[in-house]
Amino acid sequence: MIVTYRDALNQALREEMERDDRVFLMGEEVAVYQGAYKVSKGLLSEFGEMRVVDTPITELGFAGVGVGAAMVGLRPVIEFMSWNFALLALDQVVNSAAKMLYMSGGQYPIPMVFRGPSGAALQLAAQHSQAWESWLAHIPGLKVVTPGTPADAKGLLKSAIRDDNPVVVLEGEMLYNTKGDVPEGDHLVPLGAAELKREGDHCSIITNGKMILVALQVADQLASEGIRVDVLDLRTVRPLDVPAITASVRKTNRAVVLEEGWEMAGIGAQIVDTIQRECFDDLDAPVLRVHQADTPMPYAKNLERAAKPDAAKTIAAVKKVMYVAN
Amino acid sequence: MAKRRADTRNGVGDRALHHELLRTMLLQRRFEERCAEAYAVGKIGGFCHLYIGQEATGTGAISVLRDDDYVIGTYRDHAQAIARGIAPRAIMAELFGRIDGCSGGKGGSMHLFSREHNFLGGHGIVGGNIPLATGVAFAIKYRGGDQVCLCFFGEAAVNIGSFHESLNMAGLWKLPVIYVIENNRYGMGTALERASAINDIAERARAYDMPRSVVDGQDVLAVRQAVGEAVQRARTECVPTLIEARTYRFMGHSMSDAAAGTYRSKAELDEQLKRDPIALLRSRMQDKGEITDAEVTALDAEVRAQCEDAWQFADQSPEPPLEALYEDVLVDTTSDPELAPVAAGVPPTVAPIAAA
Repeated sequence: MIVTYRDALNQALREEMERDDRVFLMGEEVAVYQGAYKVSKGLLSEFGEMRVVDTPITELGFAGVGVGAAMVGLRPVIEFMSWNFALLALDQVVNSAAKMLYMSGGQYPIPMVFRGPSGAALQLAAQHSQAWESWLAHIPGLKVVTPGTPADAKGLLKSAIRDDNPVVVLEGEMLYNTKGDVPEGDHLVPLGAAELKREGDHCSIITNGKMILVALQVADQLASEGIRVDVLDLRTVRPLDVPAITASVRKTNRAVVLEEGWEMAGIGAQIVDTIQRECFDDLDAPVLRVHQADTPMPYAKNLERAAKPDAAKTIAAVKKVMYVAN
Repeated sequence: MAKRRADTRNGVGDRALHHELLRTMLLQRRFEERCAEAYAVGKIGGFCHLYIGQEATGTGAISVLRDDDYVIGTYRDHAQAIARGIAPRAIMAELFGRIDGCSGGKGGSMHLFSREHNFLGGHGIVGGNIPLATGVAFAIKYRGGDQVCLCFFGEAAVNIGSFHESLNMAGLWKLPVIYVIENNRYGMGTALERASAINDIAERARAYDMPRSVVDGQDVLAVRQAVGEAVQRARTECVPTLIEARTYRFMGHSMSDAAAGTYRSKAELDEQLKRDPIALLRSRMQDKGEITDAEVTALDAEVRAQCEDAWQFADQSPEPPLEALYEDVLVDTTSDPELAPVAAGVPPTVAPIAAA
């Protein structure tokens, strides 16, 4: 069935709330307004105000409310209107949710989800345009998923809600309207499993989240020039699917890592490290990274375009590792 | 150690109750004196914050709870753990970093946990436990239960955002939570007057439409009464309360600093030592003929022996095996989402979240 990414998330929430009455949704504008991005449309009328809870603008507070509720057996889904608003809440995500199981010696699992859009949309400027993968993936005790398609959005969110650990789901404003085929029925995508979204044997493009759309565009364009690439969608950035990365690189012997965030200590740095350790003898070229410019996001259209990772920059990187002229 | 009770009597004139409260506070005191000794010889490491001087607050508050209620505290959590009934052996073993500790040796002084006792932890970030308590209370209301959550924090935490965010939600949604400010007058070395725009910090509850009270935190019976009323209100009416217990810590902020000399004078400390909460209850009991000198001596010997036993137990408990390093980072039961648990079968209440 062809549905939007937004509706796929909505289906996941509805199905999991029907399945398990410990699951509830809490966040700003999730109930009466039906979601800032309409992800929770219809849920209030279906499940009532105890399970679809509008909060004040108080991210740190309601993130902690979710952790507390999870400590005593509920399975909260905490929506951040944007991960850009969640920096204060990171104290609860990191210091409470991620560490509770460990510092309690295994007594208090935290089965919950923190979700919302991450990364840049269009001309939202510096404070609203940040990709959080590397910050969150740094933390032991969290799982971090970045669905790039409607099918993965549904399948990963459903798995995240059923997982007994705190799971971060990074969505994207620019993804909510995208459409794709979502399998009928109880569609689950396992956490920690990458997926090869396009097969090729010349170079691996390793990416995640909304950069999948860029990578697929790149794959199409390169195919017309006779260059066949693997597009490996990590889907989960913690834990990383190392066997999938190494399998692809061992096949193609070349890799470009495409990520939405900044270069310094980014997800790509971890992937390159994995490749150099596991695939040193398989490489025919240095691994290159395509990422956001090392600046806050500018507002001006031309500057924003220059700052973002895009198809042209990715094509240039692929051609460089293949030693062909761009 | 204190037996946990379900009674909410005010307790005045109740001889057995007074004995139990005295015993709990004395055990806390002797236990923490041994903690200081263990810290000095290197058996306890890291940060170690003692509750000495504040025993009446934690003991009185916890004494009115039922077993199925919840307690959540800060990094100054040893005494609350004792009052909740966690074995001194398990607490001391935790402080020694041993496998038999109540958190398996992974938490330490600041992170005591016991699921068996609904003791939801010591938490190390100032204000960090306040939203958690609010969430526990949300879950109680979600399930339609009549438990309450008791949340402890120091007076310095009333200036941090998480306090205000939490009290606002608890006031808005009418959650069964009791916030107990352990006002020992100093946030580390910064006096309340130097940190808060108002000095009567219980007044902050007004902003959140929440009942409030101020109580002598050195008087265990007064604390019991104030918290008892708040617990009753939370249990029967789902109304949160903010209680300021005015207390004093007789030791430094942690084992790393002197009790007096920099931010407070020796004279001030000496004056406060005259209101030792244990001595206050003991005198009251002696005045009423509820306890003899011989009984006090015997009780002291008994709790000292219990603390010695805890020390010996902790000292002999093995260190965690190295494999434990990688255990409990994640629950590994749900790698296959098909196998994940389904509903527990406890339907949520249909009660509206906000009181009409």
